[in-house]
Amino acid sequence: MKVALFVPCYVDQFYPQVAIASLQLLEKLGVRAHFPKQQTCCGQPMANSGCEQDAKPVYHNFVDAFQDYDYVVGPAGSCVYHVRKHFDIIEQTPAVQHVRTNTLELFDFIINVLGITEIPGSFPHKVGLHLSCHGQRGLHQANESEMTPVRDGQLRRLLSGLQGLELTELTRNDECCGFGGTFCVSEAGISARMGQDRVQDHVRNGTQVLTGGDMSCLMHLEGIVRRQKLPVRVLHAAEILNGVIIG
Amino acid sequence: MSHSERSDIFLLDAERTTWHDETLWFVREKRDKAVYATPEFQKLRQLASDIKDHTLSRLDFYLQQFEENARRNGVHVHWAADATEHNAIVLGLLRQHGATRVVKSKSMLTEECHLNPHLLANGIEVIDTDLGERIIQLREEAPSHVVLPAIHLKKEDVGDTFHKYLGTEKGNNDPQQLTETARQHLREKFLAGQVAISGVNFAVAETGTVVVCTNEGNADLGVNLAQVHIACMGMEKLIPRLSDLSVFTRILTRSATGQPITTYTSHFTRPAEGKELHIVIVDNGRTQQLGRPDFRASLKCIRCGACMNTCPVYRRSGGHSYDFTIPGPIGAILSPNIDMRKHASLPFASTLCGSCTDVCPVKIDIHTQLYKWRQVLGEAGKLPASKKWSMRLLSRVLAKPGMYSAGGKVARQALRLLPHGLTHGQGYNPWAIARELPEPPQQSFREWYAQQPQNDKA
Ligand code: SF4
Repeated sequence: MKVALFVPCYVDQFYPQVAIASLQLLEKLGVRAHFPKQQTCCGQPMANSGCEQDAKPVYHNFVDAFQDYDYVVGPAGSCVYHVRKHFDIIEQTPAVQHVRTNTLELFDFIINVLGITEIPGSFPHKVGLHLSCHGQRGLHQANESEMTPVRDGQLRRLLSGLQGLELTELTRNDECCGFGGTFCVSEAGISARMGQDRVQDHVRNGTQVLTGGDMSCLMHLEGIVRRQKLPVRVLHAAEILNGVIIG
Repeated sequence: MSHSERSDIFLLDAERTTWHDETLWFVREKRDKAVYATPEFQKLRQLASDIKDHTLSRLDFYLQQFEENARRNGVHVHWAADATEHNAIVLGLLRQHGATRVVKSKSMLTEECHLNPHLLANGIEVIDTDLGERIIQLREEAPSHVVLPAIHLKKEDVGDTFHKYLGTEKGNNDPQQLTETARQHLREKFLAGQVAISGVNFAVAETGTVVVCTNEGNADLGVNLAQVHIACMGMEKLIPRLSDLSVFTRILTRSATGQPITTYTSHFTRPAEGKELHIVIVDNGRTQQLGRPDFRASLKCIRCGACMNTCPVYRRSGGHSYDFTIPGPIGAILSPNIDMRKHASLPFASTLCGSCTDVCPVKIDIHTQLYKWRQVLGEAGKLPASKKWSMRLLSRVLAKPGMYSAGGKVARQALRLLPHGLTHGQGYNPWAIARELPEPPQQSFREWYAQQPQNDKA
């Protein structure tokens, strides 16, 4: 099985530790992923701004970079969702189709392709799980409160399997954090307010470590946590899981 | 002004924003409870969506069938291509009956057509009889929500309004007393109303019936007391059969407020003895929207308001920030059809979180349409030039791995070296109004990876 690690541009530049953790976690689970260095970005920032035509060369670059792999795995549900859903505007060659169907979010890959549903380890902290909307509503990685009161999902299960870990029960389980890509600057006021409200929900309910599967939401929430100097650590779930597992 | 600029005004009052957000979230939670308690709810959504898709695909047929049946029932049917025609038809009917006093029950369509100012300018007194509508009418404001038109107002605001216009005691904010005052005030108006105007929730093609759903019973009271009833409807309100109706009555209020059904579901099929019933069917841009394959489904909307209640942006920006008759996510996909330039910022007033799509009882793919409108606006040159050019530049860089790596390195270095005050200047870095930038690391991942001896350099 040839697996490529897809490292979204902002993770590459600002959160290398998240990509390293993803790489190491996969390795501990028996998969040696490669990082094709031709990769740059999925094109979502342009497309969400109404410029998907301009993003086409970026889409082609993505497909070129990854077409020789069986799976493309990335620690960011939003970018994965973009590749799967919105790469429909370029010609659907076999390579494009292959890349679209086989680009998976990290935990989706771990659970559904590797079949690993439990990771042994201990993490004795109160952990608040932030669901990324694109991971949850877009890739169906977690139940949606619009459909059912049952709070369940891939990451929730993996995390609750860790010893000593207590999950925060949020007042609003799956409200959007307000990052929204370029929304965070074009609607900065609303974006900031949404992020502050999301962080408050965690603080009120006792979160010590704020985590999730999508670094873009976490970048925004971390920015608020640091601005407000709150006693909350923000970690990508790959960092937690990679940290607890004995390699 | 853009949506974001209008939102900033709303956000200035942080407490009110919190209150607005929590009030509407409470409504969303009531909706959730009702939905969870209805095991077949997802089936009903699918059914409702299918019925609407089908109806829209044969709208010409059902419109004619509806008209024929309504006429057979003794109803007068009028067709209006746009708001101007609609208003002229209504005014003409009022003139014909020598009416100067009209009572109106809730109708987003007449709001859309700006009927009230038109009638007032022509010497007709129009009284909105829905309580929320009446409050904003007194204040000369537009509705901020399709189901809860005065939801932007707190009870203190209502108290002040009633004190000013209806002579209640200053500082009396007791909801029960205020409602009683409104009831007395409206009763007089009801009795004096010569013509009653109502909206339409559903129009049944096979019977020629219009169905109006209210909680206050004000449509029925108005219609029964007046000599003439004018029902105004958008042409997308049709459903084929009477038996289809129950699917919609079951989902409408569950989605809107969490009630199992509206208090009043009134069927108007034929005029009462000696009275008149008129139905005005309005296009006003709907045919054009029907002709846009990507946006056609927006016409399935039954105006339940659930997408507003769930929208994390709407809850924090208020309905008036949309500056369009229908606010919230659905308004953001309907408005560019009417005026692309004026409403260009609305499809961007969303994080594309998708919650609207998930609550919509007729399964409109709202967030996908928001994304598609952005592309249409981009192609039509309706984006700010700075945005367009920066995105073009970004695409160039991101299509070339070498350029991207070098650019990233420079940016990170700059972030590390420049003083905090410079990188976080709030005047030019909107991110910094509430957030710290990420702490730039020494190395990017790709730099780290290239240094690992065990990695092949694929
Ligand atoms: S778009 Fe859907 S959720 Fe929004 S008001 Fe219309 S029917 Fe209700």
